[in-house]
Amino acid sequence: MLKKLLPYIFVFIFLNWYSGLHAQDRFPRPEFESDYVYPEHQAPFQRSYLLDYLDVAVLIAALSVTAWLAVKKRSRRGLVGMSVFSLLYFGFFRKGCICPVGSVQNVSLALFNSDYSIPLTALLFFIVPLVFALLYGRVFCAGVCPLGAIQELTGFSPVKLPKAAETVLASVPFIYLAVAVLFAAMKSHFLICRYDPFVGIFRLDAPHTILIFGALLLLAGIFVNRPYCRYLCPYGAILNIFSRFSGKHLSITPAECINCRLCENACPYDAILKPDAVPTAEERKKIRKMFLTWIILIPVFTAAGALVFHNLGPVMAGITREVRLAGEIRLEKESGIEAVSKDAVAFKEAGKTEDELFTEELAIIHRFRKASPWAGGFLGLSLGISLVALTIRTGRTGYEPHRGKCYSCGRCFKYCPVQVSKKD
Amino acid sequence: MQDQMSRQKNKYSSRRDFVSKAGKILVTAPLVALPLALSRKTTASGYVWQIDPFKCTQCGQCKTNCVKTPSAVKCYHAFVMCGYCDLCGGYLRQGVRTISTGAENQLCPTGAITRRFVEEPYFEYTINEDLCDGCGKCVKGCIDFGNGSLYLQINQELCDNCNDCLIARKCPSDAISRVPAGRQYIHKADGPPVPES
Repeated sequence: MLKKLLPYIFVFIFLNWYSGLHAQDRFPRPEFESDYVYPEHQAPFQRSYLLDYLDVAVLIAALSVTAWLAVKKRSRRGLVGMSVFSLLYFGFFRKGCICPVGSVQNVSLALFNSDYSIPLTALLFFIVPLVFALLYGRVFCAGVCPLGAIQELTGFSPVKLPKAAETVLASVPFIYLAVAVLFAAMKSHFLICRYDPFVGIFRLDAPHTILIFGALLLLAGIFVNRPYCRYLCPYGAILNIFSRFSGKHLSITPAECINCRLCENACPYDAILKPDAVPTAEERKKIRKMFLTWIILIPVFTAAGALVFHNLGPVMAGITREVRLAGEIRLEKESGIEAVSKDAVAFKEAGKTEDELFTEELAIIHRFRKASPWAGGFLGLSLGISLVALTIRTGRTGYEPHRGKCYSCGRCFKYCPVQVSKKD
Repeated sequence: MQDQMSRQKNKYSSRRDFVSKAGKILVTAPLVALPLALSRKTTASGYVWQIDPFKCTQCGQCKTNCVKTPSAVKCYHAFVMCGYCDLCGGYLRQGVRTISTGAENQLCPTGAITRRFVEEPYFEYTINEDLCDGCGKCVKGCIDFGNGSLYLQINQELCDNCNDCLIARKCPSDAISRVPAGRQYIHKADGPPVPES
């Protein structure tokens, strides 16, 4: 038996030695004597890009229909129908990729990196819902976003959160947006895609942690409706800003508000604004003083945010793979703890020098230090502006939707007793 | 008094008007500026994820990290590079006693490689994609003891083309990157891909 194997062992040893000399083609290609022909190289399926453009067309069509349903037709049932359609098409059929929420990262990656060109479809997915928000409010959230739709359809018994909790949680999307844009621009991670809670449900296949996260959010969403949209969605933060300046927005009442207060508790998203009370002269003075204080403090907030993020820069850089790997290698060098992670093993095999790695690490940290103050400044600025906005009286005389927070879901329509006859 | 009231009201509405108009311009500006800024950096065809077989170290992450089960990563065979060996490093486990198609001798855990006799002493190895789970064991075997004609690629039919590829994030050798959709596969026989300028 051993005799039979011996030549193979010799060949094996010889070839291992020989392979060190010639990396490719250790074994000469055979010269076939029979009429053997090489099989064709398996040429697998090529992805067609037509479907992506179809997506853009469907997106524009769905946005138009939703805008019409929300602003003109005022049909809650129609909006729910659109939600079902979008959930099925963008969610379960197209598996949730690419969505405008994630396209934020493609845009920032393309803006700040010369080696990445953004696909036209991704750019359109980013811009088109914003244009619609500028025209008709957050109609994208109402019936086109698959992430919103899955929550909209599972929110059965809304509960109101305490005002303070609502305010604090509602600021999270802005922080998430700033950090996600920063990380995408630094080529580090696509955080939004990574922690997308529902894409696993659309695909019925994901890391179990994400599936559990999604399921928990849906469970919480039964009571606190649309938890992802309200307290996490970074694209929602951008839509929030754009929608505030929308030209034509959904209104609760089809005609003049009669202040019957029936719609007061209709909104599960805390997005119905009460009429402004007319302030007394003393209150007016106080408000003006607050207004001036916050205006003066805006630069202070911005600077403070920039400073905090400047100091956080290296910490955030630590999440980047190269920096983590450099830390591991340095630890091995200094204290002898062997680096065993797959990254470290691959690094040792790849033949890159440690100096190269450490230079790269320094460059990444430097990039983060340079860029993160902008993210912090943006957060400080938004905080300042939101505080100023608190002191502005709009002179509302009736109940109106909060243009930034309103998802145009249409729940408030049925509470309004004002009727407009169709003949008019 | 009334005159003053109306004047004040007038002033108020125009100020609010001013703020809302200024805001509108302020948010519209980036919306117009963005496509202009990115006009030279937009591709019409987009990208797909693909593995560079010349960087791949067959760590096995492709099998476990893809959002699809089984993974969208499959093994492909560049026949023109193959030595058609009898003792195939990609087909047979190391230190096998007999060279045969017995299951105990096969390296592939799912038995996805078929071995066919061509002529003395050559054998042809074909991969059954439906069985392959992208573990890369045969690829490693073929590179360690062979011409390296087996290599891993992402099958674009199975790939969901996630915006953030889970395997790309985990790949320790940076082998997975976005490639232009015009060239969705990197054929190993064609040599290393030329980076786009």
